[in-house]
Amino acid sequence: MSLKGKAAIVGVAEFKPSRYTQGATTLGMLAEVGMQAVADAGLELRDIDGLVTEAFAEAPMFAPATMVEYLGIDAKFAEVVDHGGATGAAMVLRAAMAISAGLCDRVLCVTAARREQRSNSGPRRSANTGWAGRRSDRTPYSEFEEPYGAIGANFGYALIAQRYMHEFALKPEQLARIAVAQRYNACHNPDAMFYGQPITIDDVLNSPVVVDPLHLLEIVMPVAGAAAVVVTSAETARKLPQPPVYILGAGEHTTHRSITYAPDLVRSPIKAAADAAFAMAGVRREDIDIASIYDCYTITVLVSLEDAGFAPKGAGGAFVDEHNLQFDGDFPLNPHGGQLSFGQAGIAGGMSHVTEAARQLMGRCGERQVKNADFAFVNGNGGIMSEQVSLIFGRDA
Amino acid sequence: MTQEQTVYNRPLPAPGPVTQPFWDGLHEGKLVLQWSAKGQRAIYYPRSVSPYGPNDALTWRECSGRGTVYSFTVARRPTAPQWADAGDYVIAIVEIEEGARITTNIVNCPPDAVRIGMPVRAVFSAVTTETTLLFFEPA
Repeated sequence: MSLKGKAAIVGVAEFKPSRYTQGATTLGMLAEVGMQAVADAGLELRDIDGLVTEAFAEAPMFAPATMVEYLGIDAKFAEVVDHGGATGAAMVLRAAMAISAGLCDRVLCVTAARREQRSNSGPRRSANTGWAGRRSDRTPYSEFEEPYGAIGANFGYALIAQRYMHEFALKPEQLARIAVAQRYNACHNPDAMFYGQPITIDDVLNSPVVVDPLHLLEIVMPVAGAAAVVVTSAETARKLPQPPVYILGAGEHTTHRSITYAPDLVRSPIKAAADAAFAMAGVRREDIDIASIYDCYTITVLVSLEDAGFAPKGAGGAFVDEHNLQFDGDFPLNPHGGQLSFGQAGIAGGMSHVTEAARQLMGRCGERQVKNADFAFVNGNGGIMSEQVSLIFGRDA
Repeated sequence: MTQEQTVYNRPLPAPGPVTQPFWDGLHEGKLVLQWSAKGQRAIYYPRSVSPYGPNDALTWRECSGRGTVYSFTVARRPTAPQWADAGDYVIAIVEIEEGARITTNIVNCPPDAVRIGMPVRAVFSAVTTETTLLFFEPA
């Protein structure tokens, strides 16, 4: 069964990222951004009959029920998605599946991240405390990775970048070019964390190396924020005020969690996810007007461009040299600035690739609007290139 | 608690019945891994079922401890607070002769001298009286 054209995004909301929140609960932020998305869709909360959320600090378990109760909605479909950075894209995929299966019709997909400023003397997250503060001892990672300082995501993407540079020609300047283009985009997006702060290739290469070969300006900055979309059936979408952004294709692929056990460090599961999405949509790579590609690091974007089929394997460096990746260039990439320059608000950072692609196709992006955009490619990436969800959006079903 | 345990403040493994033979091996200075008859290779980390499917037999086997650096990075900033005093250190994936890939640190080598493809051998380092970790050094 194909999902092509069965469902559409009809409402979008996103908080302007901030460095910190003071006293906010993730639950409260989820509810606020969710209500904004519902209003944006021209709906009332009582119209919502499906909810997709992430596990969050106040509800590491029973997350959907907590959200449903807090918002006071009746859900015929209530789901939690645990795909790391791919969660936002995976939420849209699951909402479209549930709608297509007839379980529900108007689904709120919602993500948020609070971020409290902590003093150096305050409590620290212990090495073996996982997402949402749950202890995760006796895992393969606490037993076989954390004792070696293999903690967080930086080292994993550095291992990919080092291996990539061993197998293929790639210059540090080429990776830096991705960060610079996305910063240019952010400088046209007043909501971006780094609005008004343009950077050059030299700035990137002169920023400190955090993990070889990745410089500070090639690594996302964690921020607080929230993002939500409303997905509904194509039939309902046509009755609502926003121009529908149809889900034309979707694909998903997961092969590992730790990069050590990935089948291949430089060939990610994006290929299978993207191939499935393009096949479902019946859209060609050259039809894509906007690439909204998960960008926790510059190397993530480079490998994603290849595995999604926009550049041949090993030719990502040449691709970024030959194309202008700015929103006003020939290959508009992450027009909101990407997470590198918009900010990474936890799981909502991944959702920002969905919200931006949807807003662009709705024609709501002001100064950074990509002209005449009909098709967008979205990729969500979770873990260390572990969980991949690709989506193709279009303005017509 | 011994003096060593109070000094060592980095994360330590909490082995279970399935993984204990591996840790016992390290304690004796041996790299002992599960060998997959079907895959004809060592698997890492130890697990209760074979990733090659239900018709596989996993048997514990001592490995050579020899391998090569598959990829590595030098952490110029600590990856966790417990490494704040470590200086630059190398997090690596080592591919051992028996086929498995292992997350580890390359030790007894200046970080900037590490290269992909570099031959390495196992180092068994008792970080506490109870725990021996598996590092690698240039062979």
